[in-house]
Amino acid sequence: MVDVLIIGSGGAGLTAALSAKGSGASVLVAGKSYPTNSQTSMAQGGINAALGNVSEDHISSHIADTIKSAHGLCDEAMVRQMCADAPKTIEWLEHLGVPFSRITPSSTLTAQHSTLSIAQRQMGGASAKRACYAQDYTGLKILHTLYDTCLKENIDFMDEHYLLNLITKDGVAKGATFLDIRTGEVKQIDAKSVILATGGYGSLYHGFTTNAYGSTGDGVAAVLRAGGAVSDMEFIQFHPTALKHSSILISESARGEGGYLVNSEGERFVDELKPRDEVARAIFKELQENKEVFLDVRHLGEEKLMELLPQEIALCKLHEHVDPAKELIPIKPVAHYTMGGIDVDYALEVTGIKGCFAVGECSNAKVHGANRLGGNSLLEITAFGRFAGENAYKHSIYASSKPADDTQLQKDKAHLESIYAQESSVNFYEQREALGKLFYQNVGIVRHNDTLTKALDEVIAMQVLSNKIGIEDKSPTNNTNLIDFLEFSNALLLAPTVISSAIARDESRGAHFKVGFEEENEDFKKHIVLQWKKETE
Amino acid sequence: MKISIQRDKSIEEFEISKSMTLLAALYEIKENQDASLTFSAGCRASVCGTCAVRVNGREVLSCAHKVQDGDVVEPLQYHPVLRDLKVDKNKAKETLLKSTAWLHESKEASLTHSDEKLTETQTDCILCDSCYSACPVYAVNPDFLGPFALTRAYRYSSDKREGDAKAIIDNIQSNGVWDCTLCGECTAVCPKGIDPKMDITMLRGTSLQFGHSDPSFATQSFGTPDFGGGGFGFDPNSGF
Repeated sequence: MVDVLIIGSGGAGLTAALSAKGSGASVLVAGKSYPTNSQTSMAQGGINAALGNVSEDHISSHIADTIKSAHGLCDEAMVRQMCADAPKTIEWLEHLGVPFSRITPSSTLTAQHSTLSIAQRQMGGASAKRACYAQDYTGLKILHTLYDTCLKENIDFMDEHYLLNLITKDGVAKGATFLDIRTGEVKQIDAKSVILATGGYGSLYHGFTTNAYGSTGDGVAAVLRAGGAVSDMEFIQFHPTALKHSSILISESARGEGGYLVNSEGERFVDELKPRDEVARAIFKELQENKEVFLDVRHLGEEKLMELLPQEIALCKLHEHVDPAKELIPIKPVAHYTMGGIDVDYALEVTGIKGCFAVGECSNAKVHGANRLGGNSLLEITAFGRFAGENAYKHSIYASSKPADDTQLQKDKAHLESIYAQESSVNFYEQREALGKLFYQNVGIVRHNDTLTKALDEVIAMQVLSNKIGIEDKSPTNNTNLIDFLEFSNALLLAPTVISSAIARDESRGAHFKVGFEEENEDFKKHIVLQWKKETE
Repeated sequence: MKISIQRDKSIEEFEISKSMTLLAALYEIKENQDASLTFSAGCRASVCGTCAVRVNGREVLSCAHKVQDGDVVEPLQYHPVLRDLKVDKNKAKETLLKSTAWLHESKEASLTHSDEKLTETQTDCILCDSCYSACPVYAVNPDFLGPFALTRAYRYSSDKREGDAKAIIDNIQSNGVWDCTLCGECTAVCPKGIDPKMDITMLRGTSLQFGHSDPSFATQSFGTPDFGGGGFGFDPNSGF
């Protein structure tokens, strides 16, 4: 029995693993792919910390900006903790060897404090140049440095293991069940504490998201099934600038560095550095008026572009066939980040499941509220990742070391057998496409109660149909058709929680904008928390 | 247009409707033609390192390769094939562990913009394993530490924050820097423009500084094999 089982091997999971191990716990990290394949690698712009290396800044300003952007839906104590932890989190990352971009500081203090030479850039909604970065590969370089450090610390990994279910007894986490993707075997891992770091559910918007196909909220769905709570599910951030045809992300730093947004008439129509929700809506409005929208970075010049945004330039050329140094980049806003997720308390422990912690995009630690600021997600996964690791270790000290029986394991085995046995007449890949389109159109940037209700009806119809859907590929080993199906099932399970929360919230706040209710309403200054009723056994 | 895909038992041909990335084509096939086609993929944006395969004998990221009529798609070399294009990367990843490519002894040091530039490209590595698959040394030495691990070793050993660069250098002597033939295949296939060949050359210099020497000079036993410049038909599973 392991002390701390960490599910998910992205930035949050790896940070939690290092911290739990450093506290003295035995640790196992399980993930559905390899550690460096995660979404963290896609975070480009930066990680916020009020270091004040480039312009005057204070932790209090970071807190104020974050609270403002959250539109009243954050927990100020959690925001304070995250922002206050930011400088020492950067120091920790610096200590591990993260190759941050550098400035030449004027101060002679540099020799004592190596973080003083870390470059910082402007991001939307920030009152100072606060985002520490590593070119436009900030997430990638943090993730890989964390991974290298995990190897140094001898962290155990269980790659290609797909989370099936949490194991709980009397409301306490006892471990989890996994499908070993390679062998097809269903395994039970017993643990004294569990940390979920499984990522967001942005892939509900399949085809209209910057996320990888696998961001299906597997951990969020597992919490619901295990009796835990989810909250703020309706708050989905749309990133203003994804490439028009491929939904591939172009970092906010393109605007931070001075890029403009222009419509087909060549006019600028919004302050590009407003928070993402406002910019996304302004773009959406232009698109509704049948105008095209472009990101214009030509005036920055080729040399500066290659220095600051090398990755974006290559992606534009490959996927959109435009050279940003000479041409306009066609863009559209798409789903990017899910603020909502697993409901957690001040210790990041899941509401309804003791000994189970959640951190990163899968969790709702209430630091982003109704709209996340760019640069705060890499901060959350590292600052709170360490916190989750410590708390999970503390819980493990006093947790019972009696492993759970194999009830859940047997249930999951039977479930998988039934999926294999199910004859398939419907292609679930078509359903996945349809769900993505439905969400983008009806549960998107601008919402209406009638189209939301229609979406809910359609999702319920899909759920009913899904019981009749099986998989075509019957191979017991390395069956990615099965994994795609399990992921789609999780997305489908979460779909109604997003829609019904959106229906219930008759107001507009941050990323949730509803026609007919365009203002913030004090009555809705609260979290919508959902939990399944206990089944009578 | 048609593409051929090396599957477990045979090469199969598939029809693609229009011009698209190879990854988009693989998804189209899986979703509409054959759900059992197995491959690995992630971000679609050339940064997660999941989707490398070989096309016409050359390593590419599926998400960054535009399909051409007649393309032949195969799994990476020197990785055990799990199914179709999906390979087991664990053995390749062990090279990171063996080369101890991490910061051994972190010390306070003030880095400058030029320090950042020194290993900026090396730290762009996404661990896609393209270089590992392209490296001909694996045909004769499956225990070779290989290009990506050595590039990473170089990146940390030349970091001013590393207080014990010697520890890294000591760990990359056996099956390491001297086993490379400097053929440059790794550099040619890297989707991130990293030059492991140059990094290995640099590491040789540092190794000499730390008192190591090229073992082949000591024994004078063989010359450098000439592997030429690509198009060589190695058996993907040789060495395993």
